[in-house]
Amino acid sequence: MIDRVVAVAPETLTAEATVPEQSPVFEGHFPGHPLVPGVLLVETMAQASGYLLMARNNFTRMPFLAAVREAKLRSWVTPGTLLTIEATLVHDGSGYAITAGRVSADGKRICDAELTLRTLPFPAPELEATLRAQAARIGLTGAVPA
Amino acid sequence: MASAFDRIADIIAETSDVPREKITPDSHVIEDLGIDSLDFLDIVFAIDKAFGIKVPVEAWTQEVNSGQTPAEQYFVMKNLAARIEELVAAKPASA
Repeated sequence: MIDRVVAVAPETLTAEATVPEQSPVFEGHFPGHPLVPGVLLVETMAQASGYLLMARNNFTRMPFLAAVREAKLRSWVTPGTLLTIEATLVHDGSGYAITAGRVSADGKRICDAELTLRTLPFPAPELEATLRAQAARIGLTGAVPA
Repeated sequence: MASAFDRIADIIAETSDVPREKITPDSHVIEDLGIDSLDFLDIVFAIDKAFGIKVPVEAWTQEVNSGQTPAEQYFVMKNLAARIEELVAAKPASA
């Protein structure tokens, strides 16, 4: 879902995403009242957290979402909304990390959660290549020191 | 100050559904207390924070999986507490 990374530092990453005007998701969620599903907002925070961790480890390990705590969906998100997604490192453990995710729109807090991600060596070279390419596409071109 | 064992047992009781009185020095965290890998991550996070260390759980797991070290060395409570005490002792003194 992330369109572009706008800033990255050793412990924070900020990204943006514009919700499309049209999407099959809105056909069911909900007819005549399109809203971005909350699980996709959580996924967006997980993606930002994952890119932060991969930037820290120079794309040597793949983060996998393992737990979501205290997820709060505070406001509806409608088609065309520009979202700002922030991931902040809370703790860098051995084989896992904890991040704080936050999504806002026009300065208003939309949702937040604490995320746990396991980090493992990439299980497949094509996955590593795909993620490196995707990171470059969204503007995450270099590693940041952990 | 409470012993490392007591502090870790308190963390496990607070982080999981295991009653505190069930946790003894001879309890195996996984086999006796039923802690799964995700709960163990929560426990390790709490231990990392409480003791100001980084428990090398990934290296421990690799050692156990490769047969280099018996699981009891890290996952029986009294041994886990001893490993945590070693990590705390090895921690660089803060400035």
